[in-house]
Amino acid sequence: MPTFKGIIDVQAIRQDFPILHQDVFPGVPLAYLDNAATSQKPLSVIEAVRRYYLLDNANIHRGIHALAERATVDYENARLKIAEFIGAANTSEIIFVRNTTEAINLVAHSWGRVNIGVDDEILLTELEHHSNLVPWQLLAQERGAIVRYLPVDGDCCLDLDAYDALLTERTRLVSFTGMSNVSGGITPAKEIIERAHQAGAVVLMDGAQSVPHLPTDVQALDVDFLAFSGHKMCGPTGIGVLYGKRALLEAMPPFLGGGDMIRRVTLDGAEWNDLPWKFEAGTPSIAQAIGLGAAVDYLESVGMDKIEAYEHAIADYALEALSEVKGVSTLGPSAAERGAVIAFTVDGMHPHDVAELLNRDGVAVRAGHHCAMPLHQKLGLPATSRASFYLYNTFDEADRLVAALRRAQQTFGLA
Amino acid sequence: MDDLYRELILDHYRNPRNKGRLGEADISHEDDNPLCGDHIRLDLKLEDNRVRDVGWEGEGCAISMASASILSERIKGKSLEELGRLGQEDILEMLGIELGPVRLKCALLPLKVLQAGAHGLAGWPGDEGE
Repeated sequence: MPTFKGIIDVQAIRQDFPILHQDVFPGVPLAYLDNAATSQKPLSVIEAVRRYYLLDNANIHRGIHALAERATVDYENARLKIAEFIGAANTSEIIFVRNTTEAINLVAHSWGRVNIGVDDEILLTELEHHSNLVPWQLLAQERGAIVRYLPVDGDCCLDLDAYDALLTERTRLVSFTGMSNVSGGITPAKEIIERAHQAGAVVLMDGAQSVPHLPTDVQALDVDFLAFSGHKMCGPTGIGVLYGKRALLEAMPPFLGGGDMIRRVTLDGAEWNDLPWKFEAGTPSIAQAIGLGAAVDYLESVGMDKIEAYEHAIADYALEALSEVKGVSTLGPSAAERGAVIAFTVDGMHPHDVAELLNRDGVAVRAGHHCAMPLHQKLGLPATSRASFYLYNTFDEADRLVAALRRAQQTFGLA
Repeated sequence: MDDLYRELILDHYRNPRNKGRLGEADISHEDDNPLCGDHIRLDLKLEDNRVRDVGWEGEGCAISMASASILSERIKGKSLEELGRLGQEDILEMLGIELGPVRLKCALLPLKVLQAGAHGLAGWPGDEGE
């Protein structure tokens, strides 16, 4: 067994996640390998949400009483933790939203409607999740703009040689994923952002897969917008983040109108609140934001650089083990260029049958197009199966994936 | 553990019956299951309002492909009226398995295509009563 398993103490980490210690069928323990869809939550996050509802629950910002004060402090404290976690200069640049999808839609509606006009160009990539495709397609339709796509090669890596030709003086926005939710490929974010800026374009990075698994520093990246979800990084569902550079956010009109996003309202109109509250209309997901703050504490206690190193190691191990199974083909680049998201096909078996049979061995994977239909069309695959690992997954679970795949092939008479 | 992948299903998956297009079909219809991308096209040749020949092609999981294959065997000689009366229970009985709500759609797609083609029915078989 490789020595890099010692990067983090996985067995100690697993003790923090009670859900992992269960049999999905009698005598069949769970191997949860669907982390690209959503991660499990450690006790500290569950406890933070529970404590909020047991002791502190109140609406934030307006209340004078003790509970409202505690809730407000905890909510804003979570914002501070998240700002530090991604290296933001200021908490005013951290907008709480529901998820990555809402963060991207916020930018498309607010920034997009002011800055995208007829014949302007929006440059996306063929790797993108539907949530980083559809909002821009809708915006382009509405504004008479054009959407272009940076192509991928056979390993699902972005073809940066095509980048210069696609970046034109009409390119207003480049929006790309930091890590593919299908191939696991980590995109060269720094280079993509730098070249976009040279061409005068604003850049949004979809961090739904990258932020939970890699260290992120928005100032070092110089990215203009970063969108990510809490539930994929050990936090609750219903909470996500839009980071935006202050100057951009200040110039943007509000997205949703309502309470908390205004400074003053008359019957003739309203003045907007300061950042970040200008973009947080209505009562937000308070408990979930506090839970996300606890998730950030948890990930930092392990160390994002260690999580990244461990996931490279487990991806390397799983890719090697899968390559030895006849009829199984994995997508994406080598372990050095990817996170631990591994989509694969099995000759003679449909991905839904693969997922169904793996489930019988307790191995939870996903099957389908993973909300990336254009990428699957490009690869000529209607669907794939996908195993995705996180900091609490073991090398033993990678072995169980391989063993379950061999058994599934036997059931289908393929081995 | 149930026997979802019993020999009958795998046999029809590996050796599908009546697979292929029919030339000059009287009825031809195709549809997808948007949840999983399974796709089925069905061709029927009729004689005296009864199914004389059937051909189908498609892509999908073992359950949907086996369901199409078994259904294609069972409907030969049946009248259009009889096809319209087929329901969810008939498919499950043909397959000899029980299915949860997600995989049920896999099994029902061939019947959905058949009934849309033969009778213009738009919904999933078995949804009418819900």
